[in-house]
Amino acid sequence: MSADGARPETIADATARIEKECLLAVAEAADDRAVDAVRVRYLGKKGEITALLKGLREVPAGQRPAAGAHVNALKQRLQAAVEAKLVDIRAETLRQTLADDAVDVTLPGRRRPGGSLHPVTQTSRRIAEIFVAAGYEVVSGPEIEDDYHNFQALNIAADHPARAMHDTLYLDNGLLLRTHTSPVQIRVLEERPPPIRVICPGRVYRKDDMDASHSPMFHQVEGLVVDEGIAFADLKGTVVEFVRRFFERDLAVRFRPSYFPFTEPSAEVDVQCVHCAGDGCQACGRSGWTEVMGCGMVHPNVLHMVGVDTEWFTGFAFGFGVDRFATLFFAIDDMRLLFENDLRFLGQFA
Amino acid sequence: MKFSASWLRQWLPVDVPVEQMCEQLTNAGLEVDSVEEVAPAFSGVVVAEVRTVRRHPNADKLSLCDVDGGGEPVEVVCGAPNARPGLKTALATVGAKLPGGAVRAAKLRGVTSRGMLCSAAELGLGADHDGIMELEDVLFERTPRQPEPGADLRDALHLDDVCVNVDLTPNRGDCLSIRGLARELALLNDVAAVPPKWKKAASDSEAVFPVRVDNPAACPRYLGRVIEDVDLSRPTPLWLCERLRRSGLRSIDPAVDVTNYVLLELGQPMHAFDRDQLQEGIVVRDAAAGETLTLLDGRELRFDDAPLLITDGGGPVALAGVMGGTRSGVTAQTRNLFLECAFFSPPALAAAARRYGLRTDASHRYERGVDFMLPFEAIERATQLLLDIAGGRAGPVSDSTSHGDLPRRDRFQLRKARLDALVGEEVPSQRIQQIFERLALAPSVNGDGAGRVWTVTPPSHRFDLAIEEDLVEEVLRVHGYNAVASRLPPAPLPLGRVSADQLAQERLADLLVDLGYSEAVTYSFVAPDKMATLAPNATPLRIRNPVSSDHAVMRTNLLPGLLDALGNNLARQARRVRLFEIGQCFPDEPANSGDAQAGERAAPPPQRVLCGGVLFGAREEHSWAHDGAATDFFDAKGDVERLLALGGGDVAFEPTADPVLHPGQAAAVRLGGDLVGRVGRLHPRLEAELALPPGVFVFELRLEAALALRPRRHGVVSRQPAVRRDLALVLAREVPAVRLEAVARSALGEVLTRFELFDLYTGEGVANDEKSVAVGLTLQHPSRTLAATDIDRLLRGVLDAYANELGARLR
Repeated sequence: MSADGARPETIADATARIEKECLLAVAEAADDRAVDAVRVRYLGKKGEITALLKGLREVPAGQRPAAGAHVNALKQRLQAAVEAKLVDIRAETLRQTLADDAVDVTLPGRRRPGGSLHPVTQTSRRIAEIFVAAGYEVVSGPEIEDDYHNFQALNIAADHPARAMHDTLYLDNGLLLRTHTSPVQIRVLEERPPPIRVICPGRVYRKDDMDASHSPMFHQVEGLVVDEGIAFADLKGTVVEFVRRFFERDLAVRFRPSYFPFTEPSAEVDVQCVHCAGDGCQACGRSGWTEVMGCGMVHPNVLHMVGVDTEWFTGFAFGFGVDRFATLFFAIDDMRLLFENDLRFLGQFA
Repeated sequence: MKFSASWLRQWLPVDVPVEQMCEQLTNAGLEVDSVEEVAPAFSGVVVAEVRTVRRHPNADKLSLCDVDGGGEPVEVVCGAPNARPGLKTALATVGAKLPGGAVRAAKLRGVTSRGMLCSAAELGLGADHDGIMELEDVLFERTPRQPEPGADLRDALHLDDVCVNVDLTPNRGDCLSIRGLARELALLNDVAAVPPKWKKAASDSEAVFPVRVDNPAACPRYLGRVIEDVDLSRPTPLWLCERLRRSGLRSIDPAVDVTNYVLLELGQPMHAFDRDQLQEGIVVRDAAAGETLTLLDGRELRFDDAPLLITDGGGPVALAGVMGGTRSGVTAQTRNLFLECAFFSPPALAAAARRYGLRTDASHRYERGVDFMLPFEAIERATQLLLDIAGGRAGPVSDSTSHGDLPRRDRFQLRKARLDALVGEEVPSQRIQQIFERLALAPSVNGDGAGRVWTVTPPSHRFDLAIEEDLVEEVLRVHGYNAVASRLPPAPLPLGRVSADQLAQERLADLLVDLGYSEAVTYSFVAPDKMATLAPNATPLRIRNPVSSDHAVMRTNLLPGLLDALGNNLARQARRVRLFEIGQCFPDEPANSGDAQAGERAAPPPQRVLCGGVLFGAREEHSWAHDGAATDFFDAKGDVERLLALGGGDVAFEPTADPVLHPGQAAAVRLGGDLVGRVGRLHPRLEAELALPPGVFVFELRLEAALALRPRRHGVVSRQPAVRRDLALVLAREVPAVRLEAVARSALGEVLTRFELFDLYTGEGVANDEKSVAVGLTLQHPSRTLAATDIDRLLRGVLDAYANELGARLR
């Protein structure tokens, strides 16, 4: 195998040389392809190890098994080296890819931010949920009403002084913008017989100038219960329970006699001021109380007009401003904010 | 009604502290609105008597007074013209603290003044600063003691008093007087009120003035009296002025002051005419068309309807129960008076006062009902006060009463069982009896236990007691609303109703919020010009008496409010806006143009709830992650598609000519064939007109349609493999994209399970009037695998249909 009379390379020499060269080449290989080239050169079908194995035929038969074992051992060592190198390289490649793919996780996500529900709507929903859970049905009625439903059917005759409490907006065609949600009571009573348990949320209108606590358009919720055996005590219990559920606080509630043509007896409801807990602050005019609702036992004239027998059935009704509850609940100090639709304001209630 | 607490307390036999009094009134339904001091804080001011008055040696307009303020007389420099020996007045002693500052001994033109004589204005007791105060011998009617020099002025004038403001509900006209409030407080404290004592004046004259009532239904009772030889130049005594002042009234002259005083004390409105200006006789009648009257406040009324008038031979002299006229008004020269003390019926008064926009202390009371038995007492009280103050001789009282026209006071009943049922607990019979007696209801009782029945007759001063429930309220408010225990109504547990064909409005609103919209609440009434701009073909309903000209018509759609809100937000530097509103709109449909009868009882006009939105600015929030592309038509449409997908109906968009939308970017939205809304870009002309930047997109949907829920049923989900084929087509630009899907569906039938239009190109490489589109067809047979030959056949069919129907060819 060698020329010029030099001592021919022995199997042992060859394996030592190949091992040295191959391990060096593996070590120097920088990527998969280079490793593969090394594998082909030494371990491939035409590689040096294959050649060496072929050369075993020339080894004396007695020495052949030992030489064969020697070469095979080398082959396994080189294969292991190549495999190990490949694992290293893949690990390195992955490491590099991962490093390249790293992101700044503190950058904001690719999102579409949500909007917000108006605080009045949120308040209406909260109110409705409390009553619906008790079996009330939510009904609605027209915002443009006739005089009959807004006034007469509610026991407010044409020259009744109570009309002065409602600065009514009239349309050219003789109809009017409802001044309260109470006409929905009438529409419900006209439609179905007792027992009735409904609440009616909606917009109402008064000829008021806009200021921190007034608006020509605002929102009310009307409640009506007509059944056998309904008493003033039921009205009190319902109102007190509602107020406490709504504010989730054990607030003191006070009932004062008042006057509405469509209820008798009638009451105004004061709630312990949510801001000062009754100590008296600017929000409650130092009284410690906030007026929140009007209510009473449905006036027999109202029930008679819709054909309900008042000897069998009695009922209570209540009505209150959603905007008022919203401003108390969300600590909004000026009602005008509710109608400006400033996104910075609305966004606070998202 | 505003009143002096000390005046009211004089009517009560027991001492009720002010705070307790206010609480009692409020809890009985007479809400105390405010309580304020009658006089500002001051101290060191005493009652003093001027002994001598000398000229100041160095000043013409000043005088030197020796004043007895209790103790040693002091010398005070005074500039008031009314300083005179014997005058009792107010002395601020050295060291006194007045609203304007402290009083010190000071030299005035070389003479030391040891104190200061005060005008009412200097003590914050009114506007009078023409001279120093004149304290009469009798300061208060009920304390006829001489105020001693040196007495503290606050004590002498009862200045440690408060003005209480009660906010009375319209049913309690009977409480619009000291007498009425005293009656109420007496009831609440279970005592009897004590009216002041006074002596009826003698009738020294025979003078009468004829009265005829032509409309007794509106004026059931009219008392008149002539008082001759009065001297109205005499001053009204301080005590009376003070009571008027504490009730918010100014002193004018003795005649006006006395009628005002009787109004406050007893609740009876009166009017004093100058007898010598009246002609022939009084006739109480309805106005004739075209008659005119100049009121005391200078307003000229021309009557086009027929309010009740007081007239004489020369025409109208007063709008009955509201205000007198100038012709017969009392002046300083008036020598002879004619006093009117009447009962006018509430409805007649209310109509007139409202019709002419007049609200006076008199009309306020007449509208609510004045005790029709009161005129007899009131006219005597006024006579007595007038004669005391202004002298004169009173003629006999003339009485024109039509008894049949006086309000009726019918007997009616309260059943104990009914009361307990309405209250929800038992109220003791004894308590009910006691309350009815104190209310002067003349109760009589029958039966016992739960069968007990009271029969009552309301007194003439109550106009709000007619039915059983009224008595329940009376008992309850005296007994105390807060004394009733609370309970919750017992009721069966009905199961809830859950609609299968209607989505909840909340679901739609929540989706809009999730899509990035914020909810707006805008006014239902808008500016007419803006509405006309944004709904040029509609005739909105007009408000007859709008709060302002900017809120004069009812919106026919949501655009005015939403675009206003957009504009306001842009003015506040918002750059990307998404707003929505759900609210009633009032389209001008035939039923809306009702006639006058509509006001009585008519079907309400169409009131359609719309859900609308406005989009402006970048598609996405400005961020490192987005390219900042502007919102376009397809953003708005995409949101509408998402909304309508909730209900799952068949949605179609078609080009539309909408006067407020961009002609090339406007779509009508159809659901199951019905027109339910629109989406598009605001017309650039309107963007400019409304001062909005370009690129405003809007949509509006009928809420009811958007909430309709399509019934859902399970179909077959094919287990066969699906095949996808993409086609690149060239076709005329004007062919709407929606046709590509329609044609493919009709050509392929149920085998086409999915259609995608995934590329659209115009420009280089494509003819000017053409466009290139790429569509993806997913084919799947419900029950077998599609063979290559099937697919080829299907694709040929589609391509033929595209070629024949749309003129499309493969690219």
